[in-house]
Amino acid sequence: MKGIFKNETVQEFFESKEAVFGLVLIVVLTLAAIFANFIAPQNPYDLKELNLQNAYKPPGYVADGIRFLLGTDDQGRGVFSTILYGMRISLFVGLVSTVFSAIIGTILGLIAGYFGGKVDMLIMRLADIQLSFPALLIALMIMAIWGQGLDKIIIAITVVGWVYYARTVRGSTLAEREKEYVDSARVVGVGHLGIMFKHILPNVLAPVIVIGTVRIANAIILEATLSFLGLGVPVTKPSLGSMIASGYQVLFSGYWWVSVFPGVALMLIVMGINLVGDRLRDILNPKLKR
Amino acid sequence: MLEIILRRLWQSIIVLLAVSLLVFVMVYVSGDPVELLAPPDATEVEVAQLRKALGLDKPLHVQYLQFLKHALHGNLGYSYVNNAPAVELIFERMPATFELAMMATIIAVIFGIPFGIIAAVNPKKIYSKAIMIGSLFGISFPTFWVGVMLILIFAVTLGWLPSSGRGETVKVFGIPWSFLTWDGIKHLILPSVTLAGYHLALIVRLVRAGMMEVLLQDYIKFAKIKGVSKKKIIFVHALKNIMIPVITIIGLNFGGILAFAVVTETIFAWPGMGKLVIDSIHLLDRPVVVAYLMIVAVIFVIINLLVDIAYTFLDPRIRLK
Repeated sequence: MKGIFKNETVQEFFESKEAVFGLVLIVVLTLAAIFANFIAPQNPYDLKELNLQNAYKPPGYVADGIRFLLGTDDQGRGVFSTILYGMRISLFVGLVSTVFSAIIGTILGLIAGYFGGKVDMLIMRLADIQLSFPALLIALMIMAIWGQGLDKIIIAITVVGWVYYARTVRGSTLAEREKEYVDSARVVGVGHLGIMFKHILPNVLAPVIVIGTVRIANAIILEATLSFLGLGVPVTKPSLGSMIASGYQVLFSGYWWVSVFPGVALMLIVMGINLVGDRLRDILNPKLKR
Repeated sequence: MLEIILRRLWQSIIVLLAVSLLVFVMVYVSGDPVELLAPPDATEVEVAQLRKALGLDKPLHVQYLQFLKHALHGNLGYSYVNNAPAVELIFERMPATFELAMMATIIAVIFGIPFGIIAAVNPKKIYSKAIMIGSLFGISFPTFWVGVMLILIFAVTLGWLPSSGRGETVKVFGIPWSFLTWDGIKHLILPSVTLAGYHLALIVRLVRAGMMEVLLQDYIKFAKIKGVSKKKIIFVHALKNIMIPVITIIGLNFGGILAFAVVTETIFAWPGMGKLVIDSIHLLDRPVVVAYLMIVAVIFVIINLLVDIAYTFLDPRIRLK
């Protein structure tokens, strides 16, 4: 693990202006989401704070002692406050489902690569089948069958994501398995579990981190898409996707701010993550190093 | 050669069986449609009758075998809501989805390949950088938000293009098509551009990366020294060599476009099978959802099979193995 965060790597990362911009974006937006209670002028989940007379007011509207910087939606929720709280959901779902699928995928990849044979074939065939269908379709299938809710959306995105880690980890495990240090560990009497998790795992983690970064962006988009289709989180606690969906329905009434601003927030998050992910991939990919 | 194809065919059948079992079991463990379908004042006897009429009283494995038997006869159950065969409902909507997906693929290809080439040939020029920034946006924007923004700009603000439905259609062999009328084409533009966006960006990146790699190779340098014109080098010698991966991606992406049609159709009220399945999910119309998933699985397996076979033909290294 230490090797991954060598000072050189950090320096290399900061050499790219785009990557630094991406990192700043992520940090600012994450902090804004975490401290939403303090930053947001209103708590959009607290019905007592909402006033239906404030519904669909344009950006800059002032009422009840609150300045609605980005306008209000159908419930009289301030779009700015709802975005801050909605980003929490988006980031939470993205992070949690990515961590889950990274853990599951890494373990399955380790098992497949280390033991080989039938176990390997079974896991990899399953991965092949899953990869031959688009992620959206698989998530849609899960949501269609199990219904809505934050927990189900996390399950769906976790299921969609494990394949990417399993494939990569299996590949590197196949290579690591043949190395001398694994033989020495075995001779000393370390068991299978010990070899897999204590010895091989640290050496196959770098690509997992790279995939993880990029997958967070995908997970966030997937959550937003499912919520947009009305299959995601409940409307009382809108995520960015469901905000865009509710704004889209009143687009022709001229209330453009309800869907435009959440979309901008979503795009900034995704772009920030993609920029950082691209840079990490370049740095940690030994093939690109001369 | 034949052996490879037969083996792939066998694998495809296994995949379809696995998908059918998975879909069936998962759908089975989800909510009870009888509760939804029975009128609120129905007696217990009436509910039991309805359950029996729908075949939901039998054990799970019996239901699955029956489902499989019927599926092989092209029968995937009756829609609870529309009281019509689910397969029929989906096939009715399929041409609309295919029309949209084809249009999106065409847009992605006719813009993606030239843009990719331009960005590769003069990477330092401003327009090349603009193309690359555009493609970064293209893969960062969620499809549905692009659709919403296009509606806001072209339908709400400018009022140039319609934002819902297929418009006027013309029937050819009994199937309605939008692209044959001016009104239909106008209705097609926004949804197909929305659907094309991500794939357009992907093709730009792929063509650019492939082109830059090929342009560095010796045979290109040799052609240059020989005095072959730049145009001919790019369009004849280089393009030929990047077409295999590009065609593969276009083929495989067609599946992705079909899947994302679900989102686009919902936004633009396009009456295709994607909108049908979203509506059916909300109405808990189980047979239609199952039929959709099965039909899409078949389409995907066929696409993958065709791409594999095409690959075997196009790439002599695989053929000779």
